[in-house]
Amino acid sequence: MSFTDILIPALLFSGLGVLFGAALAVASKLFEVKTDPRIEQIKEALPGANCGGCGKSGCAALAEAIVKGEAPCTACTVGGKETAERIGEIMGVEVDPPMRMRAQVMCSGTKELALRKYSYTGAHDCIAAVKMGGGDKLCPNGCIGLGTCVATCRFGAISVVKGVAVVDYRKCEGCGSCVRACPKHIIRLIPYDSAHWVGCMSVEKGATVRKMCQVGCISCRKCEKNCPSGAITVNNFVASIDYSKCTGCGLCVDNCPRKIIWSAKRQGGELVIVRIPEEATAASAEKEKIENE
Amino acid sequence: MNFVSMSFTDLLLLMLGAVLTENFIFSKFYGCCPFLGVSDKPDKALGMGMAVTFVMTVSGAVTWAVYYLILVPLKLEYLKTVAFVLVISFLVQLLEMFLRKCVPALYGALGIYLPLITTNCAVLGACLVNIQKSYGFIPSVCYGFAAGAGFTLAIVIFAGVRAKMEFADPPRAFRGFPLTLIAAGLLAMIFSGFSGISF
Repeated sequence: MSFTDILIPALLFSGLGVLFGAALAVASKLFEVKTDPRIEQIKEALPGANCGGCGKSGCAALAEAIVKGEAPCTACTVGGKETAERIGEIMGVEVDPPMRMRAQVMCSGTKELALRKYSYTGAHDCIAAVKMGGGDKLCPNGCIGLGTCVATCRFGAISVVKGVAVVDYRKCEGCGSCVRACPKHIIRLIPYDSAHWVGCMSVEKGATVRKMCQVGCISCRKCEKNCPSGAITVNNFVASIDYSKCTGCGLCVDNCPRKIIWSAKRQGGELVIVRIPEEATAASAEKEKIENE
Repeated sequence: MNFVSMSFTDLLLLMLGAVLTENFIFSKFYGCCPFLGVSDKPDKALGMGMAVTFVMTVSGAVTWAVYYLILVPLKLEYLKTVAFVLVISFLVQLLEMFLRKCVPALYGALGIYLPLITTNCAVLGACLVNIQKSYGFIPSVCYGFAAGAGFTLAIVIFAGVRAKMEFADPPRAFRGFPLTLIAAGLLAMIFSGFSGISF
């Protein structure tokens, strides 16, 4: 083996390396695509969770849309106020920071309280279940509890408890991807600090609701009549709260004969549910039982 | 150095073989990483498959030239693996820049997958097989294309299977990756039907 046997390949490969490197350098100049530097800056400012809550495929896609003017600076609900302000700074515009929202599952019908019309044993997915006669619950607007929203949530904020999806407020970023995923459309985005919400979205008449679920809205209008600020109204056989008017007085909660208005409040800085319809219903059933005896 | 080296019929047989009987994934076990990694959705799988086919075809041509025009005259055949890795990664980088500038539509479809396959074993494997079996230039290019098409076929079929499995309710121990591997094994057995089994 001679010295040249080593020298030739070494020279060849270092030559090739230099040549390729130079060619790539030239090509990168030659084929340079001008991108708006703001896209990169906005991408940095966004949370980077790629949750899809804004309706775009990810944070990078949203950054592009914002620069192109196809999306507002406040499009990212997850980032909230800070992100919106930073994007506004990059884009050079004033922004109204969006209100922090949270997802709320508008159903109280746990396994014990809502009746079922059949026993579902198919694929573990709400969309699949809905195709079987609208799911196993008698109520056409009840939570199916197979966790399509759980699978969609990028923040692990939803879990199914006793057959109904429940949002963990500590983790919910209000992105709204569960709202879009729910085949029953019973998840709503409401202002984060909303004190009360109606845990039912059934649009059936009162008598029908009574046969389907112990915790369904029977559209008796007691809440509507007792609300001092006119925030709660019954439309299409179901009560709903207008959060721009609600003062959080809690009169609707006390007046609801079905005990389906939930309450939440800040305790030590954290928002927690303070009143669960199921417990209230159980308590009133107990009371009735004692009275009957 | 032979430019064509085989008849048209042989060429067709070679391509059919590369797609079915000698499928890169199921009989050679090349490219298992993208096969398992990018096969969760059929559209993603198709994008990956197309990118692999594209790179395999182009690198089949270029590595053939590099081997017979540079390595053979200098008697450096033993360095072909190193040379091919260098050439392929250079080529893919260059192609990515070129597509981004000149063919944005194709870049949109293949762009994000291109960097993933710069050092993919399926691409390198196709080039090395070309040399090992001393194919001519045209067969090398055709083999690269057919091997890529076989890869695309496999990954798209598998993505379809995985899309169905999303709705399955398997025992906890099988959920996720274990079931994916079992499905891949079953698919490989099905593909072995093309070449026949002998004991």
